[in-house]
Amino acid sequence: MRERGFTPDRLQFAWIWRAVWAACLLPLVLLVAGGLRDALGANPIEYITRATGDWTLRLLLLTLAVTPLRQLTGWHWLVRLRRTLGLYAFFYGCLHLTTYVWLDQFFDWPGIVADIVKRPFVTLGFAAFVLMLPLAITSTNGMIRRLGGRAWQRLHRAVYAVGVLGVAHYWWLVKKDLTEPITYALVLAALFALRLWHGHRMRRTLEVQTA
Amino acid sequence: MLIKRQTDIVPSEITPRALFDSRRDFIRAAGLGVGAALLGAGLSGEARAAGYGGQSLGPLLKSPLSTDEKLNDYKDITSYCNFYEFGTDKSDPSRNAHRMSTRPWTVSIEGMVQKPKTLAIEDVLKLAPLEERIYRLRCVEAWSMVVPWVGLPLSALLKQVEPLGGAKYVEFTTLADPKTMPGVRSAVLDWPYVEGLRIDEAMHPLTLLAVGLYGEVLPNQNGAPMRLVVPWKYGFKSAKSIVKIRFTDKEPLSSWTRAAAREYGFYSNVNPEVDHPRWSQARERRIGEFTKRKTLMFNGYGEQVASLYAGMDLKKHF
Repeated sequence: MRERGFTPDRLQFAWIWRAVWAACLLPLVLLVAGGLRDALGANPIEYITRATGDWTLRLLLLTLAVTPLRQLTGWHWLVRLRRTLGLYAFFYGCLHLTTYVWLDQFFDWPGIVADIVKRPFVTLGFAAFVLMLPLAITSTNGMIRRLGGRAWQRLHRAVYAVGVLGVAHYWWLVKKDLTEPITYALVLAALFALRLWHGHRMRRTLEVQTA
Repeated sequence: MLIKRQTDIVPSEITPRALFDSRRDFIRAAGLGVGAALLGAGLSGEARAAGYGGQSLGPLLKSPLSTDEKLNDYKDITSYCNFYEFGTDKSDPSRNAHRMSTRPWTVSIEGMVQKPKTLAIEDVLKLAPLEERIYRLRCVEAWSMVVPWVGLPLSALLKQVEPLGGAKYVEFTTLADPKTMPGVRSAVLDWPYVEGLRIDEAMHPLTLLAVGLYGEVLPNQNGAPMRLVVPWKYGFKSAKSIVKIRFTDKEPLSSWTRAAAREYGFYSNVNPEVDHPRWSQARERRIGEFTKRKTLMFNGYGEQVASLYAGMDLKKHF
């Protein structure tokens, strides 16, 4: 596909990357600041669980938005931000899990295992986390080389499943007002639809060219 | 007669808008209070969203039914509430509830009764001496608080109407005013909010009709001007801002049961052995504490209420 619009040079890209990196860290900074100022409400542990979960999901959706956005804008350099976004999603996922295991359950392992087995929403959340692990581990350049581009790409398609599991995890835990999980689900569906639409268009172009 | 007290607003708290508004409310309420006092009507005024500075309810009886556990902060009790009529986030009620007007207020008692009646809140307050009842409150979401309610036994109100022999249940309907309650404009639950109790549960000495908190008029977000407190059941059974009470021979269909019958049963007694389908009820987090504590059967009120359920399978009748 041809290059369109804005393409940053080396220096500009370095600044964009730093800005993305700092923006991704901001929710954590705000959370810590809120904690120090005792501004997390009457139930701070619930607040931290919610915030880390929210940011895991948001960053996951942003990661999944990179490819459609690149296809729409022609900004191929966006791909180079994807790893940062994905690893930050994993980072907030780790914080979310740690909050649950440490602050919420206080290392009550039998209770945690019972939760994972018995409560579908915990099962889904835990499955999403387990699926993110190999993706995070194989995120380095060395691992991409070792696995080979094609195998690496196939493995990293698991991120679609992580997205679905993450949204379902949230959906299932909400007691009644589904506005927020529905919003996440719609965004996820839109991102999948854009991928399908783009794939379909590419095939059509190929058919026209080969005809 | 009511003893009024000045608001204690320290200079550092004056700036926030909510507090500024609440002070104006207080001045207005105090004005109304003086008028009402002159008419001998007793209590008047509005509850406020922010901090202390509410209207004192005067001398109160101390109840032997109170727990001596450590009280939760006024701020936590009034800022961390489920009151879906004002929004589904727990901070929504404290933000939005000031729009609800609680004077004048009447409650009608009807259905299978000898003498149906409509009472004004001022008359309700005169039915029995007000007492302070410090109860544990256990939310179905597995958090808990210790709350110093002020109120009177619900039975004092129910005795006014002489229920008919066939009546078995009491149904409570709460206010649903789309003009002042933003949550009612969305279809999260079927409005108005309906809850129910069996008559023996409703008449039980522990069942309180609360009109106050921390010695002051009940803040709107906590269910002003009158709400139920049924301390051995999950919090949602304790209907807030009640406008109608109906005696019936059929088990009332409460709003949460209608929304998800598998998750919210009619009885909803606090029971560590019966999990919510989506989370365990074995433990709870007391607001303000770091680690969870074990949940007590009937929220610790088993000695007083277990006999109500003798012979019932509480896993089936959850």
